[in-house]
Amino acid sequence: MMTPGDLVATAARALRGNPLRSALTALGVIIGVASVVAMVALGRGAQERVQSSIASLGSNLVIVVPGAQRSGGVFLAQGATNTLTVADAEAIAREIDGIAAVAPSQRSGAQLVGQGVNWNTRVEGVTPPYLEVRDWKIAQGRMFDDREARQARKVVVLGQTVVDNMFPNVEPIGQRIRLSGGAYEVIGVLESKGQSGMGQDQDDIALAPLQTVKRRVAGRQGRADTVTSISIKAVSEEAVERVQEDVTALLRQRHRIQEGEADDFTVQNLNSIAATAQETTATFTTLIAAISAVSLLVGGIGIMNIMLVSVTERTREIGLRKALGARKGDILRQFGLEAVVLSCAGGVVGLVIGSLAAWGLTTAIDLPLLLGLDTGLIALGFSAAVGVIFGAYPAWRAAQLDPIEALRRE
Amino acid sequence: MAALIEAHDLVKTYRMGEETIHALAGVSFTVERGAYMAIIGPSGSGKSTLMNVLGGLDKPSGGALTIDGADMRALDDSGLAAFRNRTIGFVFQSFNLLPRLTALQNVELPMIYAGTDRRTRRERASMLLERVGLGARKGHRPTQLSGGQQQRVAIARALANGPALVLADEPTGALDTATTADILQLFGELNAEGATIVLVTHEPDVAAATRRVIEMRDGAIVADRGARAA
Ligand SMILES: Nc1ncnc2c1ncn2[C@@H]1O[C@H](COP(=O)(O)OP(=O)(O)OP(=O)(O)O)[C@@H](O)[C@H]1O
Ligand SMILES: [Mg+2]
Repeated sequence: MMTPGDLVATAARALRGNPLRSALTALGVIIGVASVVAMVALGRGAQERVQSSIASLGSNLVIVVPGAQRSGGVFLAQGATNTLTVADAEAIAREIDGIAAVAPSQRSGAQLVGQGVNWNTRVEGVTPPYLEVRDWKIAQGRMFDDREARQARKVVVLGQTVVDNMFPNVEPIGQRIRLSGGAYEVIGVLESKGQSGMGQDQDDIALAPLQTVKRRVAGRQGRADTVTSISIKAVSEEAVERVQEDVTALLRQRHRIQEGEADDFTVQNLNSIAATAQETTATFTTLIAAISAVSLLVGGIGIMNIMLVSVTERTREIGLRKALGARKGDILRQFGLEAVVLSCAGGVVGLVIGSLAAWGLTTAIDLPLLLGLDTGLIALGFSAAVGVIFGAYPAWRAAQLDPIEALRRE
Repeated sequence: MAALIEAHDLVKTYRMGEETIHALAGVSFTVERGAYMAIIGPSGSGKSTLMNVLGGLDKPSGGALTIDGADMRALDDSGLAAFRNRTIGFVFQSFNLLPRLTALQNVELPMIYAGTDRRTRRERASMLLERVGLGARKGHRPTQLSGGQQQRVAIARALANGPALVLADEPTGALDTATTADILQLFGELNAEGATIVLVTHEPDVAAATRRVIEMRDGAIVADRGARAA
């Protein structure tokens, strides 16, 4: 019986004896492991990004937009009809339980004119609860209050991107900007939220009181009391679905929609969108990891191929070792270990290359880099398994060789 | 003490399709401990077959064979491996050294399979190489050694586990006359030191160096000279 130390030394010596061949043989596993590691890291980064951007829209959020549901559920789709009103929002707040806050909003686009800098942005007419509904905080200054909102005062709260572009070197609070011909005072700056799931810059925004926007910015659009969306925050995750159902029922009743007729609005629930997105990205990650795993399989076949060649080439050596007292088990372990050492070495190198690739790719497309210890362990486990599985047959062949035949071979 | 080898009516047959080849057709003999013996005979007479059977590389088809107290027909696969490892030292015509290993590592090989610890292994291999006159060549690889030197390494390897029996199938077949004489001298010395050596040869000079010569023909012993002298 060979000791484990001698076994490893023998396998290592055999592999070092033909370094180029060993490296090329391991290359299959290297590529396989590297691509699995890189793909899983990318997938996880994308998943994380989708999750955090959906979460950044607000938790337990239900959004109502005008118009019938689109297939695919593009949740911020602009309504084709002006069916939602401020009164709808008020009714929701009044009549439905389990709601923390309701915020109707009127979206519009406009050019902000500052001191020598113009900036086109999204102007959102909102009521003060909007911040609570969207889990948004004020970084500087303050939000307008209910009185200012009612009086349709000309005040704005700016997103970080707008501030960065219009007031790079100046204190923004107290500055005046022109918007659709009116002069507005900057009273607050929003905390940065970053990009949304669709790659939209959420900080490229200016908030103004709903009535101000309706009258002065988007005044010509539709009836005076319509809004482009109503955002509702449920009190808890559990309440979200019931709130969604109750809002649907209430709005159908208010809009006098007959049974069997389609809704003229769409109620969406961010939690279920988040769950769907999570599922989609997870499925996608699994899929690309599985495709990469095929190359690991090809790497395993490469190892088997070379090990079979090696057994044939070393027939005499095997015969000699048997004549000197090697048991079948010794030969089996020697060749099996060679395959495992090859594939594990390939696994380690692949892990390093895959991690570097993951780092490079996530940096290039600006995703979070999520490389866990589990990824490494799984990659190494898989490569060891590949070595065992694909090394087993050649090693078994070697162990079965008849020593007399083997010694006679040239 | 019982004889080292007791062979009784050994038979080895090979089946080649319809034909049955009697490589050994009833061979009986005994070999005492400390013997120095040659097996001669024409090509195909069964010399190598006999050596393989004696060395535990092959199992006889019939007859009885006891070597160093072990009933060879009762040993299983791993029993035979252990027997080859502990009881037998093989010397081959083509040396059969592993080309990537140094002389020292080649001599260590049987001890690795015996599970001998590294230090003991190294010391004994070193001692054996010095014994065969290669003390200065321990780190050389086979390709850096002459044929005679390679065969000395192989002989040192055969002695690694202190075998009861050294089997050499045409050990000088690949060597020139001068080197053959050197190797024979080494065998003579080792035998004088107590090793039992059985060798196969085609050369009368080599056979003449031993104390007993068995001649084979068609798988049977046709002459056994000098047995009493042993
Ligand atoms: N594996 C085998 N299968 C079939 N026949 C075999 C096998 N091994 C040996 N033989 C036959 O057995 C007979 C004895 O062969 P063996 O190798 O013992 O002869 P030998 O005396 O060593 O000859 P040489 O002097 O040429 O080495 C020969 O006829 C040979 O063809
Ligand atoms: Mg022969």
